[in-house]
Amino acid sequence: MRPTSSAPRRAWWKTAIGLLLTALMLFPVYWMVNVSLTPRAAIRDGGLVPRNPTLDHYAVVLQHQLPYLGTSVIIGLGTVLLTLAIAAPSGYALSRLVVPGRRVLSFALIVAQMVPAIVMSLGFYQIYSRLDILDTVPGLILADSTIAVPFAVMLFTAFMAGIPNELLQAAQIDGASRWRTFRSIVMPMSRNSAVTVGLFAFLWAWSDFLFASTLNRGGGRWRPITMGIYDYIGSQNQEWGPMMATAVLASVPTAILLVVAQRYIAAGVTAGAVKD
Amino acid sequence: MGSVAPGAMAVSAGTGARTRGDTASGARRPRRFGPSSWAALGFLAPLLAYLLVLYVYPLVVNVSMSLHRFTRATFVTGDAPFVGFDIYREVFAMPQFWPTVRQTAVFVVVSLVFQYGIGLALAVFFRRNFPLSGVLRGLFLVPWLLPIIVSATTWQWMMDPDSGILNRFLGLFGVDPVWWLNAHNSLMSVTIANIWLGIPFNLVILYSGLQNIPTDLYEAASIDGAGPWRLFRSITMPLLRPVSAITLLLGFVYTLKVVDIIWIMTMGTGSSQTLATWAYSMAFGKGASAVIRYSEASVVGTILLVIALVMGFVYIAVQRRQER
Repeated sequence: MRPTSSAPRRAWWKTAIGLLLTALMLFPVYWMVNVSLTPRAAIRDGGLVPRNPTLDHYAVVLQHQLPYLGTSVIIGLGTVLLTLAIAAPSGYALSRLVVPGRRVLSFALIVAQMVPAIVMSLGFYQIYSRLDILDTVPGLILADSTIAVPFAVMLFTAFMAGIPNELLQAAQIDGASRWRTFRSIVMPMSRNSAVTVGLFAFLWAWSDFLFASTLNRGGGRWRPITMGIYDYIGSQNQEWGPMMATAVLASVPTAILLVVAQRYIAAGVTAGAVKD
Repeated sequence: MGSVAPGAMAVSAGTGARTRGDTASGARRPRRFGPSSWAALGFLAPLLAYLLVLYVYPLVVNVSMSLHRFTRATFVTGDAPFVGFDIYREVFAMPQFWPTVRQTAVFVVVSLVFQYGIGLALAVFFRRNFPLSGVLRGLFLVPWLLPIIVSATTWQWMMDPDSGILNRFLGLFGVDPVWWLNAHNSLMSVTIANIWLGIPFNLVILYSGLQNIPTDLYEAASIDGAGPWRLFRSITMPLLRPVSAITLLLGFVYTLKVVDIIWIMTMGTGSSQTLATWAYSMAFGKGASAVIRYSEASVVGTILLVIALVMGFVYIAVQRRQER
């Protein structure tokens, strides 16, 4: 590694280009914020900055979209809990115990992430209509969790395999059962991976469009925010101001994730070789 | 890059767990069904039940629907007649079938080429740290983390023929307004948006691949007088080949199954209809298919499923070879 001080000019030149590229990449995001703050009459002029910025669109949106936002939070949290409950114990078993057929299971987990969501939703739709759980929040939580569970199991497995053996052996010598070992040693040590898994499970459930639009079309206000935005598009009223304001609000979890948890994301995205 | 490491492990967790498992308690013993296995089954039981109920069962239902003639009526009553592969033959004979396959191929290939190319260029650009490089790399993730409905809606507005910023920008150079989302151009437009969505994924994976190439290789070659292009061709590309293979393979699978970005922008109308959006529109009677066609949708879905399965095998095979 060359010390940066030996080539400071070249480094700053790279920063300038980097800033330019980032600005280019994030332009659509900027544009969304810009439109959401532009008064209704001026939106079609396409000004590069909102000249008389207004929060009117947000006021409109908060009136209409609040229930959807609330539903999305519930669905997101439900998905996180379900994903953690299923994935953490399996990660322990796959990394620490003798599992007959481990290879088959690993293969199944990889393929599970490749299955097109449209295929899943077709199957779910028929099953849900038979069980009469279409348009329900628990039904959507079950479906949304399938986006995260295979990824979560693989992340936990990889992490828990790195826990020093001595710790677990010491616990066993002290007479701790495997359940006790898992609860009191493995889980506390895996806190970071649990946070990563939780963050992604929440974000994926929050962002889900496909399952929501097929399994929860008629849920009224008990539908997630993605459906709230989609209603705007569907109604063809071309109200781009409120639409973009809703989009900004729907991006809040993304922003929080980036600010609060960037190091967790870095881990997750690379593991994201398993996720788009 | 300690923070990246756990993820990098998860990439190979599928088969990697096998090797790491050797250090786990009891794994060194010959494989037999001992007390540890019973405990393992206990811990795995929720996952196994979960996979059976929420993966296997829906997939079986999907395949079964493609072999039974489901209509709106039989969907409710549940006694759709078994017709074997009849519906497959019908779908292959539908006039939309081959155009849709061609559009899907264009969508996937063009998306992959640009996502990979741009992602690689950016990864090389970010390879060495410079002031603010960490922050900027973090910001590059934003398109990947945004809900797709957000990005798709924004692109839709930017591509508005009258007031969209894209046409305004092109207008500065005297280009006539482009009807981005009409039947003819929609494939190009959704592909552009999809490339934008996929760049972060390629950047991150390729970047972490670059970090694993030893710096002394570059230094030694530089001392021997190799220029940047030569370094890229003779060191970066060959050593990055395994990571590139995985990136492109996963990119292929993920692009093939894309529905939401296309659906939100164009409802899969015109040239932007792919196999996945076609299945979606037939299953739920929206967009290009006004009638609900469960069985035909399941046929297309099953085709996609088979491709995914094949790709899963290829993925494992590639990983196995790389571990050797």
